[in-house]
Amino acid sequence: MGKFALDLAHMLAGGLVLVSFMLLYQDRMSGLLRVFALHAVVLSASVAWQAYAQGAPHLYITAAIALVLKAIIIPLALDRMVVRLGVHRSIDAVGGIGPTMLLGIGLVALSMTVMLRAAADADPLAREDLAFALSVVLLGMLMMVTRRNAVSQVVGFMSLENGLILAATGARGMPLVVEISVAFSVLIAFIVIGVFLFRIRERFDTVDVGALDEYRGGNQ
Amino acid sequence: MAIAAVLWGVAAYFALAVLAVATSRAPGASRLIYAGCIAVSLGILGVAAGELLGGPAVPSAITLPVGLPWIGAHFRLDALAAYFLIVVNLGAAGASLYALGYGQHETAPERVLPFYPAFLAGMNLVLVAADAFSFLVAWEFMSLSSWALVVSHHREPENTRAGTIYILMAMFGTLALLLAFGLLSGPTGAYAFDEIRGARHADWLPGLVLMLMLIGAGSKAGLAPLHVWLPLAHPAAPSHVSALMSGVMTKVAIYGFIRIVFDLLGPPAWWWSIPVIGLGAATAVLGVLYATVERDLKRLLAYSTVENVGIIFVGLGLALAFKANGMAGAAALALTAALLHVLNHSFFKSLLFFGSGAVLTATGERDIERLGGLIHPMPQTAFLVLGGCLAISALPPLNGFVSEWLLFQAVLLSPNLPQWGLKLIVPAAGAMLALGAALSAACFVRAFGIAFLGRPRSPQAAAARETDPVSRAAMGLLLAACLAAGILPGFIIDAMAPVVQAQIGAHMPEQSTNAWLSIVPIAESRSSYNGLLVFLFIALSALVAAEAIHRLASRALRRAPAWDCGYPEPSPAAQYTADSFSQPIRRVFGEFAFLAREKVDMPPPGDARPARLHVSTHDLIWDGLYAPLAGAIQFAANRLNVLQFMTIRQYLSLVFVALVALLFIIAIWP
Repeated sequence: MGKFALDLAHMLAGGLVLVSFMLLYQDRMSGLLRVFALHAVVLSASVAWQAYAQGAPHLYITAAIALVLKAIIIPLALDRMVVRLGVHRSIDAVGGIGPTMLLGIGLVALSMTVMLRAAADADPLAREDLAFALSVVLLGMLMMVTRRNAVSQVVGFMSLENGLILAATGARGMPLVVEISVAFSVLIAFIVIGVFLFRIRERFDTVDVGALDEYRGGNQ
Repeated sequence: MAIAAVLWGVAAYFALAVLAVATSRAPGASRLIYAGCIAVSLGILGVAAGELLGGPAVPSAITLPVGLPWIGAHFRLDALAAYFLIVVNLGAAGASLYALGYGQHETAPERVLPFYPAFLAGMNLVLVAADAFSFLVAWEFMSLSSWALVVSHHREPENTRAGTIYILMAMFGTLALLLAFGLLSGPTGAYAFDEIRGARHADWLPGLVLMLMLIGAGSKAGLAPLHVWLPLAHPAAPSHVSALMSGVMTKVAIYGFIRIVFDLLGPPAWWWSIPVIGLGAATAVLGVLYATVERDLKRLLAYSTVENVGIIFVGLGLALAFKANGMAGAAALALTAALLHVLNHSFFKSLLFFGSGAVLTATGERDIERLGGLIHPMPQTAFLVLGGCLAISALPPLNGFVSEWLLFQAVLLSPNLPQWGLKLIVPAAGAMLALGAALSAACFVRAFGIAFLGRPRSPQAAAARETDPVSRAAMGLLLAACLAAGILPGFIIDAMAPVVQAQIGAHMPEQSTNAWLSIVPIAESRSSYNGLLVFLFIALSALVAAEAIHRLASRALRRAPAWDCGYPEPSPAAQYTADSFSQPIRRVFGEFAFLAREKVDMPPPGDARPARLHVSTHDLIWDGLYAPLAGAIQFAANRLNVLQFMTIRQYLSLVFVALVALLFIIAIWP
């Protein structure tokens, strides 16, 4: 059981990292949203497995929240939004996909090095989990940095949040209240950002955040 | 308990400030607030005087449960605090009395009234604070409320600039104080003064704290080269506030220096005195040189404050030198001289600022080149200001002479010091003080002569009227205080014996029992001074001379035009001007002190245009120290300005890069 549990947890967490890479090379909005749903499904599976392996039943609730909110509701809502905004075709990436992927590989290597050293005497399950979680967080940030479109920045932010949840479940001991509040905060952030997107669109006829900068003063 | 009474007084000041916010636009509010300030300051004055003269040997202390959690706010009233409370509240009472009259002319009372009691409260709180946190909070409160008073007439661009420079320097000084207290409190956070006093410090620490205090307290007091804000900020405030800032707030800074360097820092090393004496002497000469060539009456007074602060710091430095060498009697003499000068300067500087305020109200002019002849419309003000000028020029029998004379007595003891460095430096500093005293007399002859004598140089000066009786009463009381301190210094010296005893471990011999109220600093055989006899002699001989002239001379009165030296020129421009009066001094010292250059523009024969004399001066400290610093800050700010105008994505990238860089450092950390 012990060896197998570890291996499966590794596989699921590693799968999350892999899906993060998939997010990085999507060049269509609808594809991006589907991959994000997959990201949430893998997260949910990983959390569920942690719940089983650690014997912590409250983590099942976390997994269920992740599945319902992030794998179904949010992608569907974003999809509707993207179609209504008419931006489902293009993704405006900064820098090529190739260099971004290479950078992502570097980030994963960095987080492995850091975490395996920093948590050398921790429980192996938690340690590897944390290393993968940090990779997911960094890849999420990388995505936010390398995308011009507000919707893909939102997706990057949500995948970053997924990484945080992965880290929290691996660390065993995050109380349920905190998890629920994290989940709801993400939902609220999502709503706010959605409203915000429409406001941007109404005003500027685009959701490219670069358009905001033209309306600011200064030496842009 | 005395300390509780003082704190209630501070609370009363705050209540007055709140009341002023509520009523400042109402007619009569200014009278109400200033009368309240007089009452509160006299109350605190009484408590402090009682504590100093007949108080118990144990200082009264109190700890209030406010401020830092688990530490609280400590307040303590010992002899040193009581002495400075007397100085502050005497000045406050005088300024408030003056403001009863002067405040009526205020154009925007709602900008002055609320901050005035708050400023007084801040100064009082600094003096009784007994832990680092309360001290710094009170200090900063004092700075901010005085800043609000400096910019009260903010429509004038000059005042706004003065306020900006003032608040920058005040923040810089507080930063130095913060670091000094941080070093003194150590890693355990022993913030109470009692704990600091009992702690043992590392060898390198006291020297560093001394330097920080010279910056922190020195910038507030006006020690060169940190004095640049003072001649800008003090004149910008209304005149009674100028008097408080110059006469009293600089003294609070000196209190901070004494409290930390003498009281908290432990036994001094002899070399501590060198920077204090050196900076003090340089400040004294520099301040009076600037004052001598200044044309703005209030700025002239502010520069003279710089000079007097230099004199006080020389006294403090001498006290440190003597104390370090175990010469307790000499140290007590030097510290007494410095403390007495603190009191004296607050008297005559307040008096002179009140006089300049009266002139400003009467004429709307601060430039002495546009005044003149004011002795005719304002005879009483002229007499009172003349008294102040005599006192600040250190002429007996007034009080300025006593403290400077005591200081020179301390300077004359310097050959007994064992260190050759001090043996050489102290007489040099004494010579600079003597130069400063002489120049200061020249400076005030010029200020009084140009402003009050001769003929009016502008229509405003010609139309001047005597100022209101309340203002004159305030000036009269201060002049009386100057005279009393000048002829009866023995009582003051005896009263401050516990202050000196606490800092030095010795005090000057008792003076009030000497015959004829003489003061004898060391021994009768060496030197003694009797202000009372000098006063009686001057008064008697003047009376006899006046009587003789009236008896013997012709009584026929003939009024002739002033300055009518053979050719009655109707233009007032033919008189001596302030610039022509200071020209010899500018020629002698200005060449190197301000890089003063004169150029005569003489038209060739046949050309009818007038010849002109151009004088250019530079403020070397401003050009050499502050301008490059301001330039460097401007340059860096311009470079960093890019950060204000980045896209969301670029900001995210900055966060991302910073995170990755930190992780990378962790990864490669050995």
